[in-house]
Amino acid sequence: MTHALIALAAGLSLAALAACGERPQVVNYKQGTYQGKPDTPPYKDPPWNGDETKWRQAIDTRAQNQNEYKRTK
Amino acid sequence: MARMKFLCDAERCIECNGCVTACKQENDVPWGVNRRRVVTINDGVPGERSMSVACMHCSDAPCMAVCPVDCFYRTQEGVVLHDKDLCIGCGYCFYACPFGAPQFPQTGAFGVRGKMDKCTFCAGGPEPDGSPAEFAKYGRNRLSEGRLPACAEMCSTKALLAGDADVLSGIYRDRVTMRAARGTRGSPPWGWDTAYGSADAPKQVQQPAPAAQPAPASKS
Repeated sequence: MTHALIALAAGLSLAALAACGERPQVVNYKQGTYQGKPDTPPYKDPPWNGDETKWRQAIDTRAQNQNEYKRTK
Repeated sequence: MARMKFLCDAERCIECNGCVTACKQENDVPWGVNRRRVVTINDGVPGERSMSVACMHCSDAPCMAVCPVDCFYRTQEGVVLHDKDLCIGCGYCFYACPFGAPQFPQTGAFGVRGKMDKCTFCAGGPEPDGSPAEFAKYGRNRLSEGRLPACAEMCSTKALLAGDADVLSGIYRDRVTMRAARGTRGSPPWGWDTAYGSADAPKQVQQPAPAAQPAPASKS
């Protein structure tokens, strides 16, 4: 019984002190550097699966569709 | 490293506003926000020229330089994007941008503008690619689908080009070469003569300054 009471008291005291952490609550701006969320490159997800060369080739091939002098040859 | 760029051929643009419509449709852009617009110079006058303008994704972007909360970033592909969660809607970027690219969705008392919105080169933003959150905040991420921006792909006359700068300059070089070979009007790109002078124009010869006339003899 005593052990249970000690354990309960310890648990309650831990719960009561849980919000007493020293966490920084103000955003620390670093002048001149991006402060937002990180972005992923466009070739990260399928169908490219991180293959930048494959993605780049696909984009360049697609860009060549804008050149009708090549499309009509 | 690729540098994604837009290039508008003023010899081809017919002011159809198809690019504007395509952008609004693809990205579900709200009323009052125009990520892209067509500017016409000398409208109604013979020889008028139109040009489609949006964010030019500058290599040294002034919007990035003036943002007080540093919410802008440049991707590896050279696309200038921003984090809307961080934007405070101060409007500094609007005043800094020479192209009027930053747009604000609200007008209200005390200068309430809302989060800035601009052309993303159809590259989304800092949310998971293709997610509903990305679409709601930034529009469609066509680059991750292996597609180019909707405005350029929808352009009926292919006046507006988008893609890697090296590829675009190759396409434009082909056009200029073909125009010159045909001898059609506007062989050089529009603005070339203004910037570099015309080969056909008579050269302006520096005239020697007239000799000083002798002063008339005063009657005395």
